[in-house]
Amino acid sequence: MKKEITKKILKDHNINSEEYNMILAIMGREPNLLELGIFSVMWSEHCSYKSTKKWLKTLPTTGKKVVCGPGENAGIIDIDDNDAIVFKMESHNHPSFIEPYQGAATGVGGIMRDVFTMGARPIANLNSLRFGDPKHEKTKNLLRGVVKGIGDYGNCVGIPTVGGECFFHENYNNNILVNAMSVGLVKKNKIFYSTAKGIGNPIIYVGSKTGRDGIHGATMASAEFSDESENQRPQVQVGDPFIEKLLLESCLELMNEDVIVAIQDMGAAGLTSSSFEMASKGNCGVKLLLDKVPCRETEMTPYEMMLSETQERMLMIIKPEKKKITYDIFQKWGLDAVEIGKLTDSGKMELFYNNKLVGALPIKPLADLSPEYDRPSIKPKKRKNYLKKKSNSKINLEKVLKKILSGPNHSSKSWIFNQYDSSVMGDTIFSSEMADAAVIRIHKTNKAISVTSDCNPIYCKSDPRRGAEIAVAESWRNLISTGAEPVAITDNLNFGNPEKKEIMYEIKESISGIKKACIELDYPVVSGNVSLYNETNGKSIFPTPVIGGVGLIKKLKYATGFKMDDDSYIYLIGKTKGHLESSLFYEHLKIFGGSPPKVDFKEEKKNGNFVKFLAQKTELLIGCHDISEGGIALALAELCIANKKGIEITLKKNNPEKFLFGEDQSRYLLIINKKKEFESLAKKNNIENERIGFVTGAFLNFKNLFSISVDALLKLNSSWFKGFIK
Amino acid sequence: MLKEKKISIVIFPGSNCDRDLFVALEKCLGTKPEFIWHNCSHIKSTDMILIPGGFSFGDYLRAGIIATKSPAIREVIRFSKKGVPIIGICNGFQILIECGLLEGALIKNSNQLFKCEKVNLKVINNKTIFTKNYKLSEIISLPIAHSQGNYFIKPDKLKKIEDNDQIIFKYSSDFGDVTEKYNPNGSVNNIAGISNKKKNVIGLMPHPERAIENFHNGIDGIKFFKNLKDLI
Repeated sequence: MKKEITKKILKDHNINSEEYNMILAIMGREPNLLELGIFSVMWSEHCSYKSTKKWLKTLPTTGKKVVCGPGENAGIIDIDDNDAIVFKMESHNHPSFIEPYQGAATGVGGIMRDVFTMGARPIANLNSLRFGDPKHEKTKNLLRGVVKGIGDYGNCVGIPTVGGECFFHENYNNNILVNAMSVGLVKKNKIFYSTAKGIGNPIIYVGSKTGRDGIHGATMASAEFSDESENQRPQVQVGDPFIEKLLLESCLELMNEDVIVAIQDMGAAGLTSSSFEMASKGNCGVKLLLDKVPCRETEMTPYEMMLSETQERMLMIIKPEKKKITYDIFQKWGLDAVEIGKLTDSGKMELFYNNKLVGALPIKPLADLSPEYDRPSIKPKKRKNYLKKKSNSKINLEKVLKKILSGPNHSSKSWIFNQYDSSVMGDTIFSSEMADAAVIRIHKTNKAISVTSDCNPIYCKSDPRRGAEIAVAESWRNLISTGAEPVAITDNLNFGNPEKKEIMYEIKESISGIKKACIELDYPVVSGNVSLYNETNGKSIFPTPVIGGVGLIKKLKYATGFKMDDDSYIYLIGKTKGHLESSLFYEHLKIFGGSPPKVDFKEEKKNGNFVKFLAQKTELLIGCHDISEGGIALALAELCIANKKGIEITLKKNNPEKFLFGEDQSRYLLIINKKKEFESLAKKNNIENERIGFVTGAFLNFKNLFSISVDALLKLNSSWFKGFIK
Repeated sequence: MLKEKKISIVIFPGSNCDRDLFVALEKCLGTKPEFIWHNCSHIKSTDMILIPGGFSFGDYLRAGIIATKSPAIREVIRFSKKGVPIIGICNGFQILIECGLLEGALIKNSNQLFKCEKVNLKVINNKTIFTKNYKLSEIISLPIAHSQGNYFIKPDKLKKIEDNDQIIFKYSSDFGDVTEKYNPNGSVNNIAGISNKKKNVIGLMPHPERAIENFHNGIDGIKFFKNLKDLI
């Protein structure tokens, strides 16, 4: 056999010599280019989680409500009455930087397919975005493209986009983050999995014809960027939301029949990973006839077909006697559905082209022996402490609040949000502008789910472990604020190059933080995604472990938003110590560094359970808002803006900046009108609480300190995007 | 025995408000509509046809145009000639324009972006079968969600439809000011909904089916659908 694998080819496939030796051992011979290509995508960081697997395994993934944890297309939780929620978050960072519109659009498409592959109809989408400095030359176009890409895709498919985050920081100048989350509803006894079964069962290919787009996308997403990265544009896939809609409806229609044995979408690494993973889970072999693969372009090679990441495709194993109904349904929806192979008992993936065996790989060894690294890590040298004391008297608190409200990160995001259809499907109770989390009714029932995505990268940079704990705790708190029972999370871990010790340290610490918080709060991880190598020219992003949380609101009347009635009282619950290090307040004073606040999980649970109790067992709670970045001051301003109403606050404390802007955890602002009942309940439950003001007039009035009219707040808050986008 | 009246919803590949419309009709009128798939070339009988929102055929080429090639549209036109009431919402409005049942054009929003928000509408003509329970100039509030809702019509034709009272709804303030400030998409004269000459076909961009539950941002959609009661 001629030697066709050169060093250059190995480098192009991102396979190191150690991995190549393993490949030689598994194959017992030199692989051909097609086989090497398959190894390279299956063992890419993106598909194999080789740098993080060891640590991800430590996360808590089980619980009373968990129907399906990590390892499937998405995670599933039980929400009673035979209903279950399928959800996952996934990154599309690298492609979105190279081609923002298509990169973001296909991110949304991919995550929705993960959800409906399992038999669920998507009912809500969220997205978590990080962009560079607004002043950076690329930021504006990236923002425009990403938002339009997300909107056009989700809007066309007809799934409401109900919430998300958008954060700007120069640290993301050359590595933006686009994390898309999708949440679907399925009957618990109608869930579809991806374990292939039944030797001889046909393998059906459905959806778009395969093109040359996205070849090696998974490999691209597993390497750092350099200045030449934009040349990788051809590796970015192109999305077609119309085909996605047809695929969604046709798959759900077919799932009503007793036809499908296993199903998986062709996402990263396309036909390779879908067929491989299904066979591997079912301990079978597959025989694929590549001539049958519907192709968009002529003369595509087996290598291209196997590695293409053309969007909107599904692979399914069906019962052999059900071919006709399968073809009929897909024909009704105008989609290609072709039998491209069969399950075998060979334990191998055998690829035929023009009746010739062009590739043969053992499935189990390739999956079992996929690399798992315990990469070295090192705690970064303590960064110089930038903290410096400023004399209190000089700080103009009013000015700081106005600056925060009118800055990119805390301005109203309506320019973004209005581009998303948030009301289609008719079940949106709160989009995330009217409550701490978005609330979606379960269609035709009296219950709802609450969904949120959270991460504060500033905290995570200062202390990755604590930052991750806070991200989980804040997500939990956001669900609590809406009257929900938090159930489980999906995590999307975005980091730099794991081959660097300092980055590996951030990864390990973040995962430890997530683990701790999840265990403490009984809030398991049911699905997730890791995006590494978010670096350009050696500069890494901040550690950004985004947490997507889902909670259950058992009765619609429990659902709570930012609502304030006139003359109702504002209560602060939780301990306020005035933690300012790593805070937004200090950031605006150009004081950087220091530790993020600590989460006391005992306190967190106590306060959270109390709020939950108020929402569910009493009629006392009118509105609720958790306190996070920007402290009490920003939370109050947000309440005024959402309600177009004023609040009067009496400050009892010295150090008003600590009281107003401190970012201590586990706190909420509650809107209550029955003072006596509330206070006695709080006392009975040993909850630290303080009546800090009431709803009145047209000003946010901090008595004897400063006051801003609600009109001014609205104007300040809505001006930044208008000025930026023009 | 009285024959039960039939409401039909025509669905195209890419329609995505069909379920919402079904739910709204069922809730407000107490009848279950039937779905007609786009390739149906013969609708036996129907007493009202609705075309829902969405992105029929991906809105490729131009919103609504490919749908006009579907066999069911020939049936919609046939029934319209018989005087059967026909309602197009959002993409349905676009389709009714593209198939020639309504005049004008719906082009890209003036800011070129998709827009999802709540708007106020002023009832301009309360004499049609669809709007006779509204007061003249009544303000109703409904959500919009579209990127091609910018109604355009040439001035001479505009005059004709105005003279013939074919303008049904206009975007306005809460108090009924019909000015540029309250125009969400650049439509000529803030036009949000129109009818044909005979007034048995209407199209509107806003979504009444998304304003029927207490938790929705307003419930003015209920009245819109209840108004149809007399027609069936």
